[in-house]
Parts: sequence; C-alpha cells; structure tokens
Amino acid sequence: MSEPAPPGPLLEVDGVSVRFGALLALNRVSLTIPRGEICAIIGPNGAGKTTLLNCISGFYHPYEGRIVFAGGERTHLSPPDVARLGIARTFQNVALFRGMSVLDNIMTGRVLKMRGSFLLDALWWGPARRQELAHRAVVERIIDFLEIQAIRKTPAGRLPYGLQKRVELARALAAEPQLLLLDEPMAGMNVEEKEDMCRFVLDVNSEFGTTIALIEHDMGVVMDISDHVVVLDYGRTIADGPPEQVRKDEAVLNAYLGVAHD
Amino acid sequence: MSSVGSALDTFPKLARANAERLARQVAIREKDLGIWQAYTWRDYFERSRRIALGLASLGFARGDKTATVGDNRPELYWAALATQALGGVPVPLYQDSSEKELAYIVDHAEARFAVAEDQEQVDKLLHVRAQCPRLEFIVYEDPRGLRAYSEPGLLSLAELEERGEKFALGHPAYFDDEVARGRAEDTAVICYTSGTTGAPKGAMLSYRNLIEMARIATDREGLRRDDEALAYLPMAWVGDHMLSYAQAIVAGFVINCPESAATVLSDLKEIGPTYFFAPPRIWENLLTNVMIRVEDAAWPKRKLIHFFLDLAQALERRRLNGQPRPWLPRLLAPLGQLLVYGPLRDNLGMRRIRTAYTAGEAIGPEIFVFFRALGINVKQLYGMTEASVFVAVQKDGDVRLDTVGTPMPQVEIKISEAGEVLFRSPGVFQGYFKNPEATRQTLEDGWIHSGDAGFLDAAGHLKIIDRAKDLGRLADGTMFAPKYLENKLKFSQFVKEAVTLGPGRPYVTALINIDLGAVGNWAERRGIAYTSYTDLSQKPEVYDLIQQEVVRVNRSLAAEDEVLRGARIRKFLILHKELDPDDEEITRTRKVRRGHVAQKYAALIEALYGDRDRVAVEAQVTYEDGRTGTIRADVAIKEVV
Repeated sequence: MSEPAPPGPLLEVDGVSVRFGALLALNRVSLTIPRGEICAIIGPNGAGKTTLLNCISGFYHPYEGRIVFAGGERTHLSPPDVARLGIARTFQNVALFRGMSVLDNIMTGRVLKMRGSFLLDALWWGPARRQELAHRAVVERIIDFLEIQAIRKTPAGRLPYGLQKRVELARALAAEPQLLLLDEPMAGMNVEEKEDMCRFVLDVNSEFGTTIALIEHDMGVVMDISDHVVVLDYGRTIADGPPEQVRKDEAVLNAYLGVAHD
Repeated sequence: MSSVGSALDTFPKLARANAERLARQVAIREKDLGIWQAYTWRDYFERSRRIALGLASLGFARGDKTATVGDNRPELYWAALATQALGGVPVPLYQDSSEKELAYIVDHAEARFAVAEDQEQVDKLLHVRAQCPRLEFIVYEDPRGLRAYSEPGLLSLAELEERGEKFALGHPAYFDDEVARGRAEDTAVICYTSGTTGAPKGAMLSYRNLIEMARIATDREGLRRDDEALAYLPMAWVGDHMLSYAQAIVAGFVINCPESAATVLSDLKEIGPTYFFAPPRIWENLLTNVMIRVEDAAWPKRKLIHFFLDLAQALERRRLNGQPRPWLPRLLAPLGQLLVYGPLRDNLGMRRIRTAYTAGEAIGPEIFVFFRALGINVKQLYGMTEASVFVAVQKDGDVRLDTVGTPMPQVEIKISEAGEVLFRSPGVFQGYFKNPEATRQTLEDGWIHSGDAGFLDAAGHLKIIDRAKDLGRLADGTMFAPKYLENKLKFSQFVKEAVTLGPGRPYVTALINIDLGAVGNWAERRGIAYTSYTDLSQKPEVYDLIQQEVVRVNRSLAAEDEVLRGARIRKFLILHKELDPDDEEITRTRKVRRGHVAQKYAALIEALYGDRDRVAVEAQVTYEDGRTGTIRADVAIKEVV
C-alpha cells in the first residue's frame, strides 16, 4: 500500500494552537508519529483530542504552529487535499450514508482515486468499466479483511452500531491511507465488539503497514495496542511516551484523578 | 483389472481419473472476494498433488495423520486428498472446538501434521502443540495476521506448495508411486464422533467403505455430474465428508463453498443447489426465518401466504399418510404454486433441488411437511458415522411421515430382542481408532449396534422411536420417549431446544430454551420490553406463549400415538440461558447431553417435581474465549392444565 518512503517520521505536529473565540482548544501541542506506529491520543473530555485530529485532517486550521506530513508542510490544506495525500479518518459519531449499501459506502472511500469522464461512466464502457472493476476488487479485499461479507448489500443505516463503526473503518481503508485517524473507534461497543475492533486495528497495522493515530477512552485497549501514547489535558500535551511510562506519569494520574486546576 | 495401481479403489486414483476425464469441468467453487471462483477437476487434482509433494518434502510418511480444521474451504478438501495420496489419513476437526477438545483429538489421533484455515485455528493449534509434541507441522491457508509468527514448523500453504514444486524436481515419480500404493482396505479417514456421552471416538472408514457406499447412494438417488451441492456443514461431520468429498469425487458433481458461515443463506440462494443435505436444526432455522418474514409482511400478503401454506400442508399430510385428497384444494394448488410456493422456494434457494436429505436426528413432522408441501423433495435419511452414513433413505415417491424409509441396497437391517436396530453393509467401519473396547461394543460379527430403538413395519420401512437407552418408563410403567416429545416441542418456532424428563418419575416435565429471534420478534410486536435473554425468558407473557405450545404437543400426543399417549407433559420451565456447546450442555452438532444437563440443573429438576412455583438458580457459563462467568436468575415453574 505504501511506496518507498522518505526517511523521518510520517507526521509531525509542531507547536500547534487552535482558538475558538476566547477558548484556547489547543495550546502549542507537539507530537511526532513515526511510520508504522500505532499512536493513542488520550485525555479527559474537552482536552482537545478531536480538535487535534481535525487539525491533522484539515477541518480546522491552527493559528500558530505547523503540521508536517511525509516530509512536506501541510498546515493549511483543505480536507480533500489532506485525503489525497493519504490521510483517512473515521468519526466519533458514525458518519455513513445511511440509505446506501455497505458496499456503496465503502466504494465512496475510493472516490478520490477514480478518474473518468462523465460520458464513459454513464455508459459504463471501456476504461470506466475496467476502473470500476479494479476499485471493486480493492473494496472486496477490504470486506474480506474486516469480515463483513454477510452485510455487503445491507443498507448501512440498518446495521447495529458496532458494525457501522466497522463499515466506517472499511471506508477509510478503501482510500488506502498512509495515516489512519480513528476517533473513538471503540466507543459504545460491548467487550466482544471491542476485542474484534482491536484485532482489526492491529491487523490493519501489521498487514498494510498503515500508521494509525487513535483517540480512545478505554485504558485497557490503549495500553494493549498502542506503541506510544500522547496525553492531552486542557489543550496541552502533558505526557508523551510508551504506554508503561505514561501509565506511571504523575501529571497523567492527576489529570485522570481530577486534581484541581488553578 | 489390469494392474492393482490402475483400479479406481482410492480417492486419489478416482480424482486423477476425474482430472483426465473431466479435466475442464468445474469440481469445486468458492465464493471469495464476492465472486464465485471455480476450480476444475484438473485444478482440484493438481493443487492436491502440490500439497502432497509439499507434505512429502517435510518428511510425511505412510500412515501419518493430518488434522484439518476450518470452515469448508477447497484447500482443506485438497489437503485431505493430498494426505490420502501419500498413504496418510486425514482427521477432520470441528472448527468451533475449544482448545481442550482439539488437544484431545490431535493427541489421540497422533496427528503429525495439521492444516488450518486461518489465524484463529493456528492459535489454537499452537497451544495444542505445546501439550501434544507429536504435532510437528502446522500449515495455514489464510496468512492474514500470521506474518509476524515465527514458530518452528509453521508455514503457509503457498510456502508448502512451493516446497512441493522443488521436491518434485528431485523426485519426479514419487507422487504417482505413492498414489499407486494405496489399497481399498486402507483407512481413508478417521471421523471423530462428537458423542453425547464420554470422550469422542475416532471411527476409521476405509476407501472401500466410503467409495462403495457413495456409489450405492449415487446410483439409487440418480445423482449426476451436473448436480450442484453446497458444502457448508462442518467438515468433521461424516455427512459432509461423504457428500462434499466422497460422493463428489465418485459422481463428479460440483461442490460450492460459501463465503463465510454468516453468508450461507444468501450463498444458498445464489447457487440454487440440486442436492442438499441438512440436519433438522438447519431446516428449523430456515422455517423460523421464513415465518418471521411472513409475520412482518402486510396483512393481505400474510393472509394469502397462510391460506396457501395451510392448504398445501393439509394436502401433503394426506398424501404422506396415503389418504385421498379432496378435489377443491387440489384444484387450488396450481394457484398456490404460482403465488406462494414457487416464489418461496426460489427465495429459499431451493428452486432447483432434486434431492434433499434431513439427517442426524429426527425431524419434527411439521417441519418436514412444511418443506415437502412447498414442493421440495426433502427425504429422511437414517445414517451413522460407523456405517459410512447411509443405512436407510426414503425412496422418491415412497416418502412417509413417521419412518426413515427403506434400507439402502446392500444394507441389511434387523431388530434385536431388546428392540435395538442392527445393520450390516459394505459401509460398516473398520473400528474405532485405538479403542477396541468401544469397537467390541458397537460391532458384533459384522453387525453394528445402532443404539437406536425402532422397528421395521409391514412395508419394510424403518421406524426409529428413540435412543435405545433413552427410552424409559414413568414410575407407573407408562412408556416415555423423550426425543419424540422434544421434537414435537421444537417444531414451534418459539422453542429452540427442549429437554424432557420422566423415567422413574411420576409424570413428565420439560426444560425449554426459547428461540431469541422468534420470541424477541413476538415480544417486540406486542410491546413487551426486555433487556436480555434471561429477562425475556422469564416474562409471564412468554410463559403463556410457551404453555400454548406445550398444550398443543400434549394434544397431538393424545391424538397420534397409542403407546406414548400417557406421557403428556405436566410441568415445564423456561431455562434462563441457552444450552451451549461451550458449557458442554449440547454437542457441537447440537444434540442434548442429558447427563450434563441433569447434573447441572439438578436443583431445577427437583423443583419441577416439588410443589414450588419459583426456584433460584445459578449457572456457570463459558464465554467463547474460555473465560467463565455466572448467571443468576429466578426461574418460574408452570403447571399445564
């Protein structure tokens, strides 16, 4: 899935700040994600985790600091441009096309890779047909990978929540991203669904070499699957390191145990 | 016979003949990445050859065993053929077995090689290998998630086949020589029977057993090369081994492997098999699915469907009983065909079925009539692992409700003094692997003791009443056949499983498992809120619903059978959890393990024979990953008036 890559980390966030009116949502946050790593971003509610993902994926633009992806500065790109560079994401609240089948939903993940003319597509002829078959083949591999064959033709809106999350992951994978941003992929799932999702995240990482940044609240999951953990609190990075180290960090314990801030 | 090697007396020799004769005909299909991928008989044989050579390169010796485990995949059938080509014996295992169960069989069968479908099975086998050092090599088909594994002796099928290619360069005649050394009397497969009591036993079937019975059945049922079958039942079950492997090779028909266990129903529809084999469990599921959808249909549609289904079932029932059929329903039947039966058959994927079997257990008569009434030629088959499946099958045009048909050609049946069914046939097995004691108990002078109570009626049809050892009498001497009652209960779409109790007791009682899908749907339609299986099972409304079913069973018992009419169900309770193979309450093939159930629910059973109307219960449950937990509940007991 990934071409020979330039050296250096895949993503560098350097001193990024985001302000909503008077609220400083991110305050000079820096983090580095090396290629092939699973990085967890944790922190209490309102710590700025989703804001950080939104900055990386181009929904928000920081007023200071910079974001470097695959060796180039990408601080002020729009979401489609970010997607074209190889960053795909899922959302905290599932954002699927509810009336469309699972297959079609995943196919939309390929849109940026489709080339073609309106006429040829309408006639479904020649290159247009070949192109669709090729995209469909990629999508089928993902369906097989995430074990959702049985719901291929089911409208996404009819699926239980856990499966919708999985379909969202499938759609993100369909873009063949270098960096996958997962916003609470396991929220609202039962134990079994969580275990399945963990396995899929690990498999995506090992099978396709995809670098993954995920926001997650379940500490068990975070400690089990991530290579490194970044802890945010009140828009600041308060810890950054391997899970064992972060687990013992005093600032993190304070943030989670609710020590008063002044 | 020109030379011993050229006689088609083993599966590798037969498959090679198919590869020459039917080179370009499709042998097996597998739905992969959304597309039915087809493999011809030449592919079938060629891939098996490569796998065999790969195994040979690892030092496979004649007589070695290969355990195969996974969903129905062409590669696993090829691994079986490859093993046989080298003079080894395949041992198919149930894919949902726990580690403990796998370890027992791998150890008992002395398997040196294992071929697994995917990471899930490999993980189990690696743990098993730690306890069974005899298991040396584990080969896997799907490399997903396994790339980082570096255990010795673990390799992918692709690597194995590559090794095979290299090996063939140095040993060009090896494969053909090994195939030629196979003999009809060699053991072809060891099928471990799940066993409702005690440890599993490995039934050894020879090439002669399987090939002769496959031929006999193929001839009698008129199976052809253009038949299509769906391979979806566990490969470890002798029924699948006979149909999807032995018969497919002998008759040369096409096997279709579904995409995954969850897609079987839609794959069934896509393939539209002509030859279909299902245990009563599956027929029940299909019926429940149909009925749920009918109930969800709009009022006029629902009425229409019910009208024509009732009509067809009444007609079919009369036909099976040999009674005359009234003219008005017969006149209406073609309309039903057009409006209901045809579309329903098509929807089930059974439009093209020429021969379908129900086997493994007795089927509820209502279920049987339902499918036959739709015009699906489903027939009862009575068989056993130890008989290479076929003992008796209902003949086309001579199907009855209460018998399992007439003996297959070359099968002799007799009834022992005690009422047990005995038989002998070319399919009678070689014995249990490393278990002469059990072999002696089952096999006597070539006759197999089936363990079933039954009799041959005047027309030569075999009628099975129950397991010989389960047949019992109430304290007052009334005859009681538990399975018979349970099947009647299980006809209800609301009842998933039932266990009846009675021998030595004053009256008959039943433990019932509700069907979560059907009862849940029923409850939702009535606005009955529930949180979990346990909660739903103890709703008074659900008890009333099940009571109606019990009353229906009692009524039909009184109407139908003179011998058994005294054994009506007096009290019942609904279990707060589903009987589960992980808790050892039912076998992997979903037969109730009475001993375990009686022991585990002793408190409930005592309460059924006491005068309380509630009882508190605690039950241990085992989750799929092996962890255990406890479910507590307050279970109600209801008396049927």
